Amino acid sequence: MSDSVSQAARPRPYRLAELGLIILAIVASTSAYALVGLGVDDAMPTDIYGYMAWLTALALLIHIVVWWKAKYADPVLVPIAVLLNGLGLAMIHRVDLGRVEFLDSATQQLIWMTLGVGLAITVLIVLRDHRWLRRYTYVSGFLALFFLLLPLIPGLGRTINGARIWIGIGPLSFQPGEIAKILLAIFFAGYLVAYRDQLVLAGPKILGIRFPRLRDFGPIVIAWIASVGVLVFERDLGTSLLFFGLFVAMLYVATSKVSWIIIGMSFFAAGAVLATLLFSHVQQRIDGWLNALTAEEYNKTPGGSYQLVQGLFGMANGGLVGTGLGEGRPNMVPYAESDFIYASFGEELGMAGLFVILLCYLLIFERGIRTAQKLRDGFGTLLAAGLSFTIALQVFVVVGGVTRLIPLTGLTTPFLAQGGSSLVANWVIIALLLRMSDNARRPVDEFHTGVLKITEDPDSTTASARRRKKSADDSDRTDAEHRNSPSDRTSSDESPTTVHATTPADEAVTTNLSTRRPSGPDQRPTDEPTQGGDR
Amino acid sequence: MSEFTVTVFRFAFFVILWLFVFGVAGVLRRDIFGARRGPRKAKKNKAARGSSRQSAPAQNQQTQNQQAQPAPVPSRPAPRANPGSIRVTAGPMAGTSLILSGAPVTFGRAPDNTIVIDDDFASSHHARIIARNGAWVLEDLSSTNGTFVDGSRITAPFDLGIGTQITIGHTTLETQS
Repeated sequence: MSDSVSQAARPRPYRLAELGLIILAIVASTSAYALVGLGVDDAMPTDIYGYMAWLTALALLIHIVVWWKAKYADPVLVPIAVLLNGLGLAMIHRVDLGRVEFLDSATQQLIWMTLGVGLAITVLIVLRDHRWLRRYTYVSGFLALFFLLLPLIPGLGRTINGARIWIGIGPLSFQPGEIAKILLAIFFAGYLVAYRDQLVLAGPKILGIRFPRLRDFGPIVIAWIASVGVLVFERDLGTSLLFFGLFVAMLYVATSKVSWIIIGMSFFAAGAVLATLLFSHVQQRIDGWLNALTAEEYNKTPGGSYQLVQGLFGMANGGLVGTGLGEGRPNMVPYAESDFIYASFGEELGMAGLFVILLCYLLIFERGIRTAQKLRDGFGTLLAAGLSFTIALQVFVVVGGVTRLIPLTGLTTPFLAQGGSSLVANWVIIALLLRMSDNARRPVDEFHTGVLKITEDPDSTTASARRRKKSADDSDRTDAEHRNSPSDRTSSDESPTTVHATTPADEAVTTNLSTRRPSGPDQRPTDEPTQGGDR
Repeated sequence: MSEFTVTVFRFAFFVILWLFVFGVAGVLRRDIFGARRGPRKAKKNKAARGSSRQSAPAQNQQTQNQQAQPAPVPSRPAPRANPGSIRVTAGPMAGTSLILSGAPVTFGRAPDNTIVIDDDFASSHHARIIARNGAWVLEDLSSTNGTFVDGSRITAPFDLGIGTQITIGHTTLETQS
């Protein structure tokens, strides 16, 4: 394109900028690690080079894969994730050093990070187009339920700190709910994009708010009740709050009706009151939040406000620039490396450090929403908005809880807190956002979908494939003509994708598209009968 | 190591952290601060005419567009006086835009289209824009409810100019330079 206007509007890959930011993130993470050693032992940690090499290898690996597979992906997501992860590692190491027994949790976390980055790379390589996920809307819905139910299976599930959300295989434990979070986002996105018109336009109108018909709304209510119900049984209300927030946010994005937020908020208020009345541990949390600074709550065991108040004291001790890494006493707070890692950072890095962390989350969220805006399909818009909203809501719930804005709930701080499942899930979210932002910013002539055909390929479209496609087109058309009755809606909406997934023609298409062919209009044989080959 | 050195390191660490944040903001400048300018060109314009810095971003954009109009004639005989991009102006996808650059652009309800129109009034593969004889041509792919150009339903492939309104279901698209 030599046209200057188009050139100005044409997205640049920004891959070198990403590399620069990644290097900066690694330098920051490594110096945090070194400062922890300096602060605690007054000497450089001996394994600093190994640590740095490991982190660099992981970051460069994902950078290269992004360059190779998702050239136009957002340039700041990977550096931010690396920085947050590196800072979390340093703080986990610091809390570990302050403990009586040394557990080497930082190395464990680094192994989890390796697994997370590995999964992210797998997602980037395997998932060539996020729209492919839409075919698995209901599969993801059921898988999400399955993952949520796993900890309830006797023998497999484990109860840690009163919440039955872990599964344990041998010495390893994992929270399947974290993966379920992503699957639910896929399910909601796929479902809402197909039914959003019905949700907005059909159904009775009560008090000026249009309610959807039960038939349209049924599956999603079932999914929601099931997930929330399961979580109430597993006694993890933080995650349940997260799912509910995700659900309301995606409904709002899908329908752009403020009434959904109002309905969601009132549902939530009712649920909160009910939970307070029904569950003693919720009541404890509320008491500890409202009267945190009374002697009665402070000394109560278990379930008092000791942890919360110690966290507040720690942050107050940190002040503007903190005590310096390795020089505070974050170990005063129970779970300083997981639930209260934010308070630990507040103590040792002060407000100047906390604001960097919060800005990083804000930037991830901004990039996610921006991707959602730019994407050219409703499914991607919903999925990107939903995934970035999960991260934002999680940060709000954790940080709000630690700073005593809202009652404390057991959620993990994304990327920072110790905990493998959450870290792995967040890396997968980053990979999905990378893939979607790549699709959103990629110019059309460079589209490589791998799964879904959008450009025609006259050379490879054989006569038989063309005929098959034509018949598929015809069936589409008849489907479309019969689409007036709402009951046919589901099948007609899903059929094009599912039908083509099984035909051999689609197989051929898949292989064709795995090689990118930037083709200018002038190279194209203009008289080619293109009608049949187009999808 | 002395207290002083450690303190210096501590503050150097903050500098790195904030450098990172500002680095990210720098990469995303156009997105975060809303000033939509072309990457290199706009900077040159600004350097040449200092007054344009005070003008609003929208105005800036306009002047840039005006300057870009008599841009050097392209070397390729490809579509030139033709639209360079297409923008969704109404419907659920409003605000999305796409640069026309060689490859066909397809519209429809199925997820494999370039622009997916989730609308009961759109067919799975509703319409497409392809390059033919050096022009962008809009074709209706035998859709049920038809493709409308400036209000009238098209029956034959339509040569697109700049500022054409294309309506598919509830979605309206406009071709732009």
